[in-house]
This record gives sequence, structure tokens and C-alpha cells, in this order.
Amino acid sequence: MIRKSAHEMSSALASGETTSLELTKKHFERIETVDGKVRAFLHLDKDGALESASKIDERRKKGEALPPLAGIPLALKDVLVQKGVPTTCGSKILEGWRPPYDATVVKNLKKNGVIILGKTNMDEFAMGSSTENSAFHPTHNPWDLTRIPGGSGGGSSAAISSFEAPLAIGTDTGGSIRQPAAVTGTVGVKPTYGGVSRYGLIAFSSSLDQAGPCARTVLDAALLHEAIAGHDEMDSTSINAPVPKVVEAAKRADVKGLRIGVIKELQGEGYQAGVLERFQESLDVLSALGAEIVEVSCPSFDYALAAYYLIAPSECSSNLARFDAMRYGLRVGEGSAEEVMNATREAGFGREVKRRIILGTYALSSGYYDAYYGSAQKVRTLIKNDFEKSFASADVLVSPTAPTTAFKIGEKSNDPLAMYLNDIATIPVNLAGICAISIPSGLAKEDSLPAGFQVMAPAMADDRLYNVGAALERELLAKWGKPLLDFAPELS
Amino acid sequence: MAIKYDEVVSTFDPVLGLEVHVELGTKSKMFCGCATVFGAEPNTQVCPVCLGLPGSLPVVNRKAIEYTIAIGLALNCSIAPYSRFARKNYFYPDMPKNFQTSQYDEPICKNGYLDIEVETEDGIKEFRVEIERVHMEEDTGKSLHVGGATGRIHGADYSLLDYNRAGIPLVEIVTKTIEGTGKYAPFVAKAYVKELRDILRSLGVSDVKMEQGSLRCDANVSLRPIGEKKLGTRSETKNVNSLRSVERAVRAEMIRHAGILQSGGKVKQETRHFHENTGETTAGRSKEQAEDYRYFQEPDLIPMAPAESWIDEIRKNLPERPSERRKRLQIAWAVPDKEMAAMVNADVLDLVAETVELGADPTKARGWWLGEIARIANEKEKWAGELPISPENVKELIDLISAGELTDKLARQVVEGVINGEGSPKEVVAKRGFKVVSDDSALMEAIERAITAQPDVADKVRNGHIPAAGALIGAVMKDTKGQADAAKVRSLLLKHLGQSE
Repeated sequence: MIRKSAHEMSSALASGETTSLELTKKHFERIETVDGKVRAFLHLDKDGALESASKIDERRKKGEALPPLAGIPLALKDVLVQKGVPTTCGSKILEGWRPPYDATVVKNLKKNGVIILGKTNMDEFAMGSSTENSAFHPTHNPWDLTRIPGGSGGGSSAAISSFEAPLAIGTDTGGSIRQPAAVTGTVGVKPTYGGVSRYGLIAFSSSLDQAGPCARTVLDAALLHEAIAGHDEMDSTSINAPVPKVVEAAKRADVKGLRIGVIKELQGEGYQAGVLERFQESLDVLSALGAEIVEVSCPSFDYALAAYYLIAPSECSSNLARFDAMRYGLRVGEGSAEEVMNATREAGFGREVKRRIILGTYALSSGYYDAYYGSAQKVRTLIKNDFEKSFASADVLVSPTAPTTAFKIGEKSNDPLAMYLNDIATIPVNLAGICAISIPSGLAKEDSLPAGFQVMAPAMADDRLYNVGAALERELLAKWGKPLLDFAPELS
Repeated sequence: MAIKYDEVVSTFDPVLGLEVHVELGTKSKMFCGCATVFGAEPNTQVCPVCLGLPGSLPVVNRKAIEYTIAIGLALNCSIAPYSRFARKNYFYPDMPKNFQTSQYDEPICKNGYLDIEVETEDGIKEFRVEIERVHMEEDTGKSLHVGGATGRIHGADYSLLDYNRAGIPLVEIVTKTIEGTGKYAPFVAKAYVKELRDILRSLGVSDVKMEQGSLRCDANVSLRPIGEKKLGTRSETKNVNSLRSVERAVRAEMIRHAGILQSGGKVKQETRHFHENTGETTAGRSKEQAEDYRYFQEPDLIPMAPAESWIDEIRKNLPERPSERRKRLQIAWAVPDKEMAAMVNADVLDLVAETVELGADPTKARGWWLGEIARIANEKEKWAGELPISPENVKELIDLISAGELTDKLARQVVEGVINGEGSPKEVVAKRGFKVVSDDSALMEAIERAITAQPDVADKVRNGHIPAAGALIGAVMKDTKGQADAAKVRSLLLKHLGQSE
């Protein structure tokens, strides 16, 4: 049962084949069996989850009409606050903090009857591409436990690829949903900026952060997308418009006549040959389905990484200022408020977080602002323009999600630049505020590890991602004969 | 040796800059729904947003924008069609996010002015104070430093934090440099803050209580030799908490700067703290090294773009300007310029107006507020409005006099009683047993006694020497313990002795 899709589990619940309590228990059993190796979770809320599951079962027994995901377990990235449940954001500085409120995403999950199993591991404050920056422990890729599960949402991607949960929530500031999805052979979506409320999402970079669904199938991701998306009065940047019909699109899965633009700048040098090969194969599949493949150029993407590493650290230097030991979380040292603040921040933040705070503090300083933050904002406009132009000749744009398959744990931890390059294909989407999906495109021939295929669509056209994704998924599944994750080694 | 003020202004030309912070009187905070009641139990008006808890986000209070636009319009500013919030980054324990959401290079209102009047040797003179900007921001929490001598953070044993005030909407009104005021600089500063306060009060956007901190003034003062164009180094005197202090603080800084400059020293650019008790300022933070607040646009808030129609509606609903109102009232009450200025200076115009609105005669109302009440206020070093006597009380007092139940002399004692907390005028009259002796026969008896006691004086009066009556009237008043109406005693007495006025 745990290897089924959430959609199938939902049918099993509706038909009475199983109950939410049973389903939830089975997932906890799985977690007990494999999480010692995978280490996807930071905290399990077993009591809370089992109680919620029983309640859903009772409601179902009474004949109440329930939302499609009612009773389905989910793993929540530890960047989202959940009332009464420890929320650390992967950092020592928040250790022991129990938020007094629910993030809007969490509220929406609860409203939809989704069962939250626990909080998943992540790079500290979502800063990283490997989950090695977690202050607690690294997470291991179920495909090869010596490798990273991607990041920052490596806990969420590892949880669903190791069948510890059928669904997970991630957040994507520069690729933290899509790159983990790519390297674990799962599906991950970064919705349009403003499509999902950021209220209760502990901010890394406010103008880039976006929560989204992680799943094993495109349809599951769509179901989760519809459950969490929508306008929220608590988030001024939330878009006041109907949620794109993503479930409908995932069911349609028809790309005939669709114009698919291949971004020239997001391939070639720096991309693993096996990854590019799988990418080309997916393109051929889509072409065979009747899609028109065109090439587009986005020259300003060359500056995307540089702009991102000025904007994101700048915003984070301000967002993370509140962690000062005065009101919650870690408190270290004695003496004046200033001494306690300094000692706490010294002890509570990890190396990468400190690196970015320092970077951002410099970039915003008077005298440097125009050269750094100001210029980065201009690049952002250029990137938006490139996307706009490209979308004039293509309905969706595509690229490999990440340039390589999962690398070894420790391989890049001392080389921040190499680490940052992992997000080269995902970052432009965040800078432009548009939406994108990563779907498994198969295994790279060199290492038999999963590669990801990225589809990008204009703001609020999230439905296009699901339409293309589901069509490709269907064709590749037929080609492979079984789901990609069935090729992964057995963990237990 | 402090130099005399006259000497200061004969050598130096003062330049001012005034920053006024106003707490808006919205029911909820700037970015969340928390209440804004003053004086509530510490940390009871807080939520994840104003506590800056991880994950929380701000949402702009529309009423606060409306109020700010109204302030901008009343100060003749242009309203930006598009403006943004910015983060001002610095660490302080009473600031929950360690950044203040404020406005930086895109304030909502710009380039206005306010005309004020100052009494000079050549009569009332008008000054125009130009407004640089009006912008919105959120207030911080409050720190209470316990232990230590100064009540300031240095030397304190520990500090308590109250976040009730954190997130209350603040508007900052910044003037351009105010030049050419010469020796009137302290009066211009006071008149500006006062006029501004009156405007804010008339708009109903704030309760503008300086003593509670809902209106706070920082005064920038610099001096340059007369004739010099280049500005001198300024000091910024913080949190001047009354109108009187605005004037005193500016004057104190002018004198202090002049002393330094005349002895060949250099004024330090720094923050100063004004002390009400000594009338002097002491050094605060040095500002020689410019602070870097690393401003950048607030990514959690979308830009503000108030609709033209909304601005027009706010403009249409602006109340009468205080200066226009003053002119209207002066005509309606037929008050001479000097008296009007006296009321404005004593800040009793609103109190008089309220008393008149209750039906009192304007001259009489003015007489009480500018007379006995002002005298007591002066004695107590307070503003008349702070005394526990209301326009209702004054109206009642005037009515009692008109009805002949109180003499002016008794009424003054009643005012004292009301201010002492003995109750309303009627209650004071009852408690103190004041009763005007208006009974003619009782008065006649007292008159007879006075004549019997001073027959010589009575004869003088009978012979037409009217001024001599004073001694007899005095005796009658003494006899009746002051509870008689002197005018009535006089007329009865003269009639009795066969005389008339």
C-alpha cells in the first residue's frame, strides 16, 4: 500500500479497503524501518498524526464528504511552522521552539484532512543544495545512501522516494523543491510566486521563497497543489485570483500542438552527458506526441546565479536578524543584550548561513548597494524580459532540472561555488516569479541515478506544467514498464 | 560660563530641522490586527506578526494609509502615486524583527509646507515651514531598564520588554531646514509643533498627547555665524515631551552651541537628551560615524498605489484648518488680536471653544480660562488642559454667577475647589457652604450695623462724599463673610443714605 500513489491511496480509503489510521501506522512502520539510514525526518509527530487519522476515519464512517487528500499522510519541510510542533528550520538557533500558530499551508493541509507525519530535514534556513547544511544531520539519497538527496528540501524528497510518505511539502527559493525532486526521481513543483501563501514559511529570501508540492506522480502533485494554493489575506504578496486548474490539467495530459521552447543557455557545458541524453529523450517523446519543439535564447541567464547570490543573501541578512535570543529559540552567553545576541548568533548559525548573512550585509551597505543589490535587481528585470520574450514563441520552456545527478555527500561541501552551480537551471524561475515542475526523465547512463526534466510556464499558468508533466510521465512509464522508483535499491 | 541668549542671536544664525513622530490613532496596529490601547498590561496586545515570530508576514492597515494621506494633504504635500515600504536594519531588543518597516526613498507624501504665526516685537509675524516628507513606519516596543542610576540601558541590572507598542503605526513628519528665524527660532519651533498638533487633532488621526508619547519631537539645531551660508554641525535633541520643552530645548541647544563655538570649539554631531527638570541637554549616542541602516525595499509588502479617487475623497473630507478656524472664531467672538494671541499661546482656544459650544458667553468663558484657571495652571507649571477642570465645569460656574448665586470672588474659590478635586462647581458651593446673601433685609441689617459703627463715615456719604462709602461697603462684606454681592450692597447703602451714583 505505501508504494501506491496518493491518488490510489485516496481511492482505497474511499472504498474502505484501508483506513487512514492503518495507512498512517504503515508509514510510521516504514519510517522506523528505513529512516535510520535515510534520515529524512527531524521530528515525528506520531501522536498528532494518529489522532488526526482517527478523526478522519470517524468522519468518513459518518458518511461525510471528504476532500480528495483527506486521510493521506504527508511529510512537512521544517521551514513551515506548525502549531505546537517543534520547528527548527534545520538550525540550532530555533532548537526547542514550538510555534504558537499554523502556517497558512499547514492550515490548508489540516482543512483538507491531510495527516502530517512530521517535519523533514533541510539545509539550515533552506540555504543549500544538498541538505548537508542541516545543523542536525545530513539526509541520504535512497538511490545511493552515500549521496545527497538534493537540497534544501532533501528531507522531503528523500521521504517520498523512500516511501516514508506519499506526499511532502517543500519550499523553493532557487530550486529547493525541483533539484531534490530531480536527484531522487520524484516530482516537485515550484508554483507561481504568490500562488501559495508564505504566511508561516520561515523566510530565507522573501521575494523568491515559494512553498509547493513534492510527490511521486504528477497527479498527486496536482492534488496537493490545489489543497495548499489560493489567496491569503495574511500574505500581501499572495495573488488574488483563482487557483489554476492543475488537477484537470494533469488528467488532460495532451501536448498536441503545444509549443515547447528549449532554452539554449541551459544545456551544454557543465551538464552531465547522461542527464542531457535523458533530456533529449524526453524532448523526442513530447515531439512524438505532437508538440512543436522550438529553441529560445535567454542571454541574461548567464547573470542569474550572480544576481541570485546578491538578492537572496541580502534579504536573508535582514530576515534572519530576528534570531537574537530575546524572544524564542536558543540563548547563549550572559551579560548585555548585545553580548547575548552576538554569542547566540555565533553559536546558533552554521557556516553557510553566516556566509550568506555576511555577504548580504555587505551587499546592502551604503556605498555598495547600487553596485550589488541595485545591479542584481536590474538583472532580475532582464531575466523577466527574457522569459517574456521566450513565452511569446513558446507555451512552456524546458531544460534539465539540475546539471548533474546526485553527488556524493561531502563532495562539494568545501566548494560553495560548485555547490551553487547546481541551481543554475532552477534559479531564473525564482527570479522571474514564474512556475516550474521537475519530473523524472530516467536514469543517467553513467551512474544509473535519476535525472530531472524541468518545464517552466508563465505566472499563473501552473496548469501547463501539469499538462506537459503528466503527458511525459505517462509515456516514460510505458517505456520503463514500471515507475522509476521501482528501479531503486531496496532499503530494508 | 554660559553665554546670554541675546548675545547668541546677535552673533549666530540658527538653523532648525524638526522631526515629529505621531502615533496614529488607528484601532489596530500598522501590520496586524492587534489592539493599540494605551497603558494595557505589558505584552497583552501582541501576535505572531508584531512579535516578529518566524514565518509571520505584515499586511498594511488601510486606515493608517488613509490617515497619512490626510496628514499629507493638510500639510500641502503631494501624494506619491506609487510608494514603497523599506526595511531599516539595526539591532535593538525592543524591535522584534531587528528591522523597522519604514519608508526610505519613496515616502508617501512629499514637499509640503505649514504656515505658522509667531508674536514678535513688530506684532504677529507669519513664518512658512517647509515640509520635506511625511512617511509611515511602525513603532518599536518599549524597554524598561531596571537598576542603575539613569534608567537608561547602561548600568542597568536587567531590562524588561513590552511589545504592546511594537507595530503601532507611526507617521514621521520631517521639515526641510528652517532658516531665517533668528532670535525667534525657539518660538518658531514651538509654534510649528503646536500648529502641527492642532492640525493632527483636527484631523482626528491621533490623540497627540506629547506626555504619553503619541507625539514626539526631535529637534535638530545648528548655528552658523550671521552672514555665513554653510550650515554648522547639528545636534539632534530627542524626545522633547511638551510644547514648552520644544522651545526650551531649542534655546538651550542654541546657547550650548554658541558657547562651544565662541570658545573656539567644534560642535559634535550627536544625539542629545533633553531634561525637563534642568532645562538642559546631555549627550547621547555620537553620530559622527554615520549609521548604516542598509535600507532596501520591503519584499513582504507590495507597493502602495492609492487611487486618485480615494485621495480626492480624503481631500474632500478634510476638516477646517485650525488657522481658518481661529480666524472664524475671532470674528464670531469679537476678540481683539492680542487676546486671541493670548488664548493661542496659553493653548486654551479649544477649551474656550468647547465652553462656548456648551452655551457660555465667549467673553466670560475666555475670562475664566485665561484668568483664574491660567493663573493656577501657571502656579502648578502645567497646561490648563491638564488641570481637572472641564469646559462643563466652567459653563456651570458662569451660569451660577449669572443666576446671582455666586460672586466673582466666591467663584474664584470654587475654581480652586474644582481643581482640588472637590467636585463640580455646584458640589463645591454646597460643600463649602457658599451662599450669596441676596436677601435685602439681611443686607439692610448689616448696613445698619456698619452705619452705627462708623457714624462719621455715614455722614460724609450723606453729605455727598461718595468715595467714603467704600469703608462701609467693606464693613458689610466683612460682616457677611464675603458672601454678599458688593455691587448690590453699594446700591442699597447709597440709596439708604439718600445718594445715588
